[in-house]
Amino acid sequence: MTEYERILTDMTKGLAPFTKGRVEVNENTELVGDLELDSLQIMELLLFVEDSFDISIPVSILPDVKTVGDLARQVEKIIGNT
Amino acid sequence: MGLFTKFEGLAQGRAELGALGIDPFAVRIDKIISPTEGVIHGRHTILAGTNNYLGLTFNPECIASARLALEHEGTGTTGSRMANGSYSGHRKLEEEMAAFYGKRDAIVFSTGYQANLGMISALAGPGDVILIDADCHASIYDGCRLGGAETIRFRHNNAEDLAKRLRRLGERAADALIIVEGIYSMLGDRAPLKEIVAVKREFGGYLMVDEAHSFGVLGERGCGLVEELGIINDVDFIVGTFSKSLGCAGGFCVSNLPELDLIRYASRPYIFTASPAPATIASARQALRILEAGKDLRQKLHENAELLHAGLTALGYTLGGPPSPVVAVVLEGKVAALQFWDNLLKLGVYVNLMLPPATPNGVCLIRCSVSAAHTSEQIDAVCAAFAKLRAKA
Repeated sequence: MTEYERILTDMTKGLAPFTKGRVEVNENTELVGDLELDSLQIMELLLFVEDSFDISIPVSILPDVKTVGDLARQVEKIIGNT
Repeated sequence: MGLFTKFEGLAQGRAELGALGIDPFAVRIDKIISPTEGVIHGRHTILAGTNNYLGLTFNPECIASARLALEHEGTGTTGSRMANGSYSGHRKLEEEMAAFYGKRDAIVFSTGYQANLGMISALAGPGDVILIDADCHASIYDGCRLGGAETIRFRHNNAEDLAKRLRRLGERAADALIIVEGIYSMLGDRAPLKEIVAVKREFGGYLMVDEAHSFGVLGERGCGLVEELGIINDVDFIVGTFSKSLGCAGGFCVSNLPELDLIRYASRPYIFTASPAPATIASARQALRILEAGKDLRQKLHENAELLHAGLTALGYTLGGPPSPVVAVVLEGKVAALQFWDNLLKLGVYVNLMLPPATPNGVCLIRCSVSAAHTSEQIDAVCAAFAKLRAKA
């Protein structure tokens, strides 16, 4: 399993409270389009991801994050830089 | 995708307001009568949403100073201080602000927004890191974006979360810029500055405090929360505005760091903006003298804030924070909040309506700002209007 796949697996599990079982989550799942997360829920999701991986996600990368896979790639990049 | 496609959401939002016949973002004050009274939609209205904390906008001494400057120095400076020169008033105001705070120097900016934009973007660029409280004002977020530094949010008013993020930075923490506010503009709550200073001492970094809503309001002399908590020397940069307590316009930063003067040469929002007009500078200087002369206005402001907070609490409203010059009422639902705001206006009370995503935690807020110039009768009238709407609900 690659680092990206490991992060994606952990993240998918962690997303359960945010999806409430309505949507099956994969790397192409859109946070806003599919999961219908509002800005507050996205903020909560980011805090959860940050604590889970013990990282801080810079505000500037957020416009590039549309899918679960995008977020996982950003997490991989941040982990790789620390 | 067309140039204006991105505005479709805004257009839809505005159309929804139009359908309700309510637009809280396009209020026209037909006539301004005093710091606390105006005419809106032909109705005499109590102004309780102006941030005019000390009520100095109609102060005769400030008006006389502004008038004198207008007559002797003209209507505007027509250029920036770097390209077109500083007027003596600009520099005198900086010296007076530095002396007021007991700091080495000060820079005056054309607005409070530009003070944040100018300071943050010049201080922290690519390769630098900024940690900001998640509830910081848009001007702070915009300053971070303009500078291009790595910007990390920490949980609102949570020094422990700040510490966690500084720890994650490792050696970079020593040069990080930490930014918080004294009083937060939406809920009126205060930063836990002593705890934040303790975290800064542990990990290093530079601390900037935006006292936009607390300059002139908190502290023995009105310096803000940094003074009230006795930590003025633990803060590296204090920024603020003249547009609230001082009743005019402009922004400032004070600091003991000798590098502050270099910011002038690196700050695009300082370099490429027309400097404050002479009348504005003159009224700010006069208002500062009034602030220095005594604390009677601050005492009256806090009495009024307590009165309004207690009145609304007694009516059963949920308030955003403890008593402060910003008293925010939390309401459920956007349409209900819009109608509530509109009904208050119809009852002759003007306040601010704050809706998500501009609000913390996605709440709808009826935001009142109290002034030292409010009479107790006006505060009672505001409470009476809220009581009428409570009875209707």
